[in-house]
Amino acid sequence: MIPPDTTSKEQSDMSTAGGPRPERAQPAPQPSKAATAQKTGHAVNVKDLNAYYGDQHAIRGVTIDFPANEVTALIGPSGSGKSTVVRCINRMHEEIPGARAEGSVTLDELNIYDPNVDVTAVRRLIGMVFQKPNPFPTMSIFDNVAAGLRLTGTKSKDLKELVHRSLQAVGLWDEVKDRLNEPGIGLSGGQQQRLCIARTVAIEPEVILMDEPASALDPISTLKIEELIDELKERYTIVIVTHNMQQAARVANSTVFMLEGEVIEHDETNKIFTNPSDERTERYVTGKFG
Amino acid sequence: MSTTTIPQISARRRRTDKVMRGSLFAATMVALIPLILIIYYLLRKGLSAWTQSGFFTSDPTGSFFGSPGGIRSAILGSLEIVALATLISIPIGIGVALYLTEYGKQSWFANTVRYFVDVMTGVPSIMFGLFVYIVLVIGRFGGSGFAAWKGAVALALLMLPIVIRSSEVVLLLVPSSLREAALALGAQRWRVVFRVVLPTAAPGLLTGSLLAIARGMGETAPLLFTVSTAFALTFSLSQQMNTMPFLIYNDITSPRAALQTIAWGTALTLVAIVLILNLVARLIASRSRMA
Repeated sequence: MIPPDTTSKEQSDMSTAGGPRPERAQPAPQPSKAATAQKTGHAVNVKDLNAYYGDQHAIRGVTIDFPANEVTALIGPSGSGKSTVVRCINRMHEEIPGARAEGSVTLDELNIYDPNVDVTAVRRLIGMVFQKPNPFPTMSIFDNVAAGLRLTGTKSKDLKELVHRSLQAVGLWDEVKDRLNEPGIGLSGGQQQRLCIARTVAIEPEVILMDEPASALDPISTLKIEELIDELKERYTIVIVTHNMQQAARVANSTVFMLEGEVIEHDETNKIFTNPSDERTERYVTGKFG
Repeated sequence: MSTTTIPQISARRRRTDKVMRGSLFAATMVALIPLILIIYYLLRKGLSAWTQSGFFTSDPTGSFFGSPGGIRSAILGSLEIVALATLISIPIGIGVALYLTEYGKQSWFANTVRYFVDVMTGVPSIMFGLFVYIVLVIGRFGGSGFAAWKGAVALALLMLPIVIRSSEVVLLLVPSSLREAALALGAQRWRVVFRVVLPTAAPGLLTGSLLAIARGMGETAPLLFTVSTAFALTFSLSQQMNTMPFLIYNDITSPRAALQTIAWGTALTLVAIVLILNLVARLIASRSRMA
């Protein structure tokens, strides 16, 4: 499942990180040197983020650093604010009537909440995959992958090549290459979700946000998505919200535990699940509540 | 292990059920009787007109004596006026509905618009005719008094609230997850509207529009004071024109039996056209159901 070099890298990361880390936002471990050469991702830093739905204070002063080319998982019980944090990173939060956010989210040095920043440009840099597969029902498989470019008015010299590359990247090319003109909603649930990831990959973002991307899928499709996440982190910084703790343990380099709109603990995944610093984290990961 | 016993339905409950079923069925029958009678009379009285020579191919003569002529100018006039009314009301109506669902949402302005659209749906159709009569006809706007295009304006005003309301319902059915997917790809809102929301809602929008057209096709009152009437065939929208509802109104009140037969034949034609429009709408809607 996981390529051998990645496994050894993760092990070396785990061995170098020692001692309990203080609560809250921690810069997660640095990527290993061996992989640095091909790293192209960009870090996202969330600082003092507060988010509201009307009067409801959903996110309370959250600070999280998402290192480049790593998978960071957000776990926590329902209503703990995981999805809201993710939706604040690409400014989709503000699409909900009455919702607003304060604080700063930076992509490398760029503050995406700067008034001069074009929100559509932010979303092209920070792609998003949703819980339920949502291909466009009026579009073919090909058009779904090309939708990002067409919807943003971007001219592409070689659309066919881009669609091919994007479908290849999510491992869907061989399954659909003979029926690119058929409707995207004709695919199975797992294929639809990979199609949606291909659609996101096609706009060539720096960061991919995934909001419970496998929760509506069967175990085999889930496995494929997880393998895909592992491959995608070579090129992208990935933030994944999940309810499935095994999934977080399998795919994430570091894990953030959230509770009632606050970050309780952010540490290496291995440590969160085996030796968490906070008692609440331990109770959650051992299934005592949530 | 004890066996579970399921209690029997009491005689009283059986009786209540029978009474309720019976009365609801009776209500349905009562509602059906006038519908069936209308269709029966239309066919009985109208079909004989259809078989007259030149019914669909000649124009009404307008003379009380001699041959009454056919209804060609009325069919073409109705189609022309309704086509213009459609060109005016459908784009504006869908535009308003898009504003309400995509931009206005639950703001006070959008809700005020919704309220007035509902009020307009309930306004008697003759009011639209009177309004256009006062604003456009009396003032001889555009150089003449009565004109076909003024009738089209009155019909468009009548169709507008129907288009807005039916379109809004259909647009709200487009899953918000699709809008989110498009926005998350970095699409501008107007592109989301035109590339994702409209295509997804297209079959439903078409059905709603066709229903509004069918409604406009049968209206007499908005045309009475706006188009007036001319029996001769004309394609000029700035002239008076013949229309099917008006011809029915005119001929059925005539004491001459031959003209009354023409009126029944016209009514049957009108119903047939509206029926065909509805069937087309259903066909299109069932061909491409929304996902």
